[in-house]
Order: sequence, then structure tokens, then C-alpha cells
Amino acid sequence: MTVYIGSGAGFAGDRLDAGIPVVETLKKKDGPTYLIFEVMGERTLAIAQRIKMRNPELGYSPYLEPYLRNVLKDAKDAGVTIVANLGNANPMGGAKRTHELAKELGVEGLRIAVVLGDDLLAFMGAEDVASLPTIEGVSIDGKEIVAANAYLGARPVAEALKLDVDVVLVGRTTDAALVLGPLIHEYGWGPEDWDLLAQGTLAGHLLECGGQVTGGYFCDPGFKDVPGMDELGFPIGEIEADGTLTITKADDTGGMVTRATVIEQMLYEVHDPSAYLTPDVQLDITNVTLTEDGKDRIRVTGAKGSPPPETLKVTVSADGGWLAESEMIYAGPNALARARLAADVVRARVSKHGVTEPVRIEIVGTGAVYDNDASDRERQKNMPMDGEYRLRAAIRTLDKETAQYVNDEVLSLFCSGPAGGGGYRCNITGQVNTASVLVPRGPVEAQARAQKVNP
Amino acid sequence: MSDDMITLPLHAVAHGRTGDKGNRSNISLVPYLPDTFPYLLEQVTPELVLDLFRHKGATDVTRYELPNLPAMNFVIDNALEGGVNSSLSQDLHGKTLSFMLLGEIEVTVPKSCIPAGSRYL
Repeated sequence: MTVYIGSGAGFAGDRLDAGIPVVETLKKKDGPTYLIFEVMGERTLAIAQRIKMRNPELGYSPYLEPYLRNVLKDAKDAGVTIVANLGNANPMGGAKRTHELAKELGVEGLRIAVVLGDDLLAFMGAEDVASLPTIEGVSIDGKEIVAANAYLGARPVAEALKLDVDVVLVGRTTDAALVLGPLIHEYGWGPEDWDLLAQGTLAGHLLECGGQVTGGYFCDPGFKDVPGMDELGFPIGEIEADGTLTITKADDTGGMVTRATVIEQMLYEVHDPSAYLTPDVQLDITNVTLTEDGKDRIRVTGAKGSPPPETLKVTVSADGGWLAESEMIYAGPNALARARLAADVVRARVSKHGVTEPVRIEIVGTGAVYDNDASDRERQKNMPMDGEYRLRAAIRTLDKETAQYVNDEVLSLFCSGPAGGGGYRCNITGQVNTASVLVPRGPVEAQARAQKVNP
Repeated sequence: MSDDMITLPLHAVAHGRTGDKGNRSNISLVPYLPDTFPYLLEQVTPELVLDLFRHKGATDVTRYELPNLPAMNFVIDNALEGGVNSSLSQDLHGKTLSFMLLGEIEVTVPKSCIPAGSRYL
């Protein structure tokens, strides 16, 4: 037997139609087939939690409907099981909405299960959450906590699949759990089958970012060319009972699967490659072998596993104030001198106004993104004075008035700044600050549960 | 230096991708041709990478080696000006940093390390 797991999205904002050719390809396979959608970032939950506070029916992913609409009927008809973190802060609400969508699309008898228990605030006080040890991110001490969600592993996902359903909606699990859960369900891998769990987790890691393993986010024209990026084929993992994994992609699509595309994704967001921590297994990829197995097929073997940590990672989110950004463009003869003068003028104005927060004022076109807040590199560089340069100001503040004030100073350059500025752009966006903390796994895993949701 | 050795930006002989977690960035470095790997090991040291990112606040660089791919993975602490929580950069996640590494660090390698058809040849 081979289990086939395809990806329909690797982040909230991925192409809405990418899952369609994946389902078309999975239809032709002889064996269990799955389609995953991974749409949650660290900040997603806090935003969804706020929406849920305003309306308890909402708080599931705003992408639930656009992604599922394109594949729900075909997947159900072909027996492709959907596993997705489209549940976000409200998997129950997401299940209800999916039932409504099924009715609208004429999909009959759709069975849905959800995974619950990742929301720490449902069973822990905010003060207890705030006292957990921080491993990364801002201090949350004294801030109002908006969301605190533990990364659940693959076991609850496998439990949900046991309920014999067509769709599993989860909130915060590891991304890899969307793939490892189905594998545990199909193959009955035990909690101490470390090397199998490691291969399954690696499969999840390679598939979770969608097109990033099939030539997306890879192409560097003339150096790393990728065919057909406008119809990039999303990945499909073929996994055997012994954990052997082959990464390939949807039929009749663009993109490509090569050793190089797989290596870049394998190391993506990995720190120590001998110790990638998940709730299911500690993954070691240092001895992984990648073998070409025909066109657009790479066989992946050799992942090693060992017991996971006794703690789970939790993302805690708090209000992060505002980020204001504003821009003005200068072009033609002496453009850099005019942009620099504009920067000096804004710096002087903001300083005289008594703004205490750091303000970054930089010139896009001089390598600003590689520079620092003080533009140290730009000052040392001998850039051409003629050309096209963009002044950019950015500030983070707790009060919106100061954010607006800095944007307005850039706007005022129109009549009071150097000659020939134009194309003013600005925005002010609400921010979420996050910290990663550790929680003992026992009490959280006691809360984790799968539940069937009827229409 | 022998005649067939050439000094070029890393971009001529290797590729990579950036990831982020908090204020920590990781950049993979993958040679186009496996024979290039020993030159990367010898010349692209963690100290050199730290020097590249120090002006952004980087405090430490760890280099992990995966010789059987071959590839290496640099983990750069505090390179992201606070990361998504507090950076004022256009690129809060530091996704563009892999190409800074590829463009600004130079290596001296045999010309045979450059893939056929490269514009660096």
C-alpha cells in the first residue's frame, strides 16, 4: 500500500486554485489519498481570536470557504480526505460553515471532525500562562494576552480520522501533524516508532509549504530556472509503510521537483538539523539521502527519530500597537540628493516633535533592506545620484496618533520638501506581538480531543 | 593563485533560502556542484557570516554541516532587528537575507565549480 498526501495551500494567501490539479491527480491513485491545507502563521490565531470575541460564530480561517469551495465536491466524490488547519481559533464554527458550504455545492453526506484542546486560555488562567518560561519573542509580562495556543502533535489528528470522516479541521497543531496524522491513522505507527515518525514528520515538513518544494520560491532566472511558474504544480508525497517517502507533484502542471528544490525546503526554518523538535518526535535529518527516481520524483530516506521533549511549544499573543509606514518617490537627475534631503527633513521634524520611539527613515533603492535603522551602509556607499529612489519612514507606536503624525510628516513633503517628490503611499496596521513559551505536555494533552460535528 | 582559480560572489556557485523564527534567521547554503562543498566549508565561516550581519544586531552564528546533501545551514541570532515583533525593515521576516549572503560573500574556487552556461563564466 502507498498513502498519497497532496498539498492545496502552504500559507494563507496561497493560490486558491492550486488544489484542483492535486485532487485530479489523487483521483487516479490506488490507495488512501489526502489533501492538506496549511494556512496558519504565528499571528493568525490572535487575529482570529479577536474576530471570535466579536462574533462567536466566526474565528475560523477566512480562507476556509475560498479554498474548500474549489475542491470539496471532487474530493468527496473521489474519496480524498481533507485535513486542514482552516479551523484556526474556532474549528467548530469552521465545521458548521463547511456543512453549509457542502449543502450549497450539493455535496451529500459530508462527515466532518474537529480537533480541540489547543486553546490554553480555555482551561488556564491568563496569569498562569504569563508565568510560563519564554524561549523566544517579546516579554508578555503585564500585557493583556489575546491568545495562547499550544502546538498539538499528530495523535489528535489521527484520532479524528478514526471517526471515519471526509474532512478534519484543526486549530493549532504542528504543520507536519497534518501529514503525520494521516500516516499514523493508515499505518498504525506507534508512539515509539521513532524512525517512522521521523520520516512522516519530514514528509510533513516538505509538504507543509505547498509549492516551496516544487519550484516555488526557488527560481533565480539564468541560475535556477523553473518551468511553468504561472501554473505551479503543488506537491504530492507518496509514503510507504516503511516510511519511504517520494516527493512528486500534480500531473500536467508547471514547476519541478529536483534534489535542489527538496534541499532548500528541507532546511527551511530548521535550526539544528540533528534536533528538529516536534511534539511527536525529535527529527534528525543529517543522514537523509535524496535519490532521483524519474522526472519530478525525489525519494527521501534516512530520517532518524528520538523521543520528543516533555514540553509543548505555545504561541502567546498580545497587543502590539501600530506599525506606520509611509513612502515618497524621487526620480531623475540628482534624485538621491533630493531623497536624502527629504530624509533629513523628516528626521529633524520628528525629533523636534518629541517622538521617542525609534523611527526608521531610509532610501529604498540603496540596498535599504540589507541596511539597519540608522542607514549605516547607505551612508558609506557611493550610489549614483541620478536614478529612482524611494524615501520610506516607519515607526511602531502604542498610540495611533503618533503613528499618524509620522505618516503626515512624509505627506507634507509634497509642498514643503525637496523638488519633484511624488507617489505618496502610507498605511497604519494593527500589530500582534508574540512569544513562544513552554508548557508541560500532560495537562494540555489531556484536553486534546477529536469530535465529530454533524450538520 | 593558480590560473583556473577565480574569486566570485557565492551566488555564482551556490543557492540558498532564508527562514525565520522570532529574532533568529536561518540561511541554507547549497552548492550547485557537490565538488564545491569543501571550498565553502573552508571559506564561508560562521565568523564571516556574523561580520556580514553584525550591523543589523546579529550576535552569534552557528554553522551546521550536512555533507551528504551536501549543504550547510547558518543560524544567525538577533539578525532580524527584533523580528516580526519589532523590526522596522520592509522585510520583517528577513526573507531577502539569503541573497545578501550570496551577493556579498566572495569565495575563491576552481572555475569548474561554476555551472555550465552561467553568466559568471
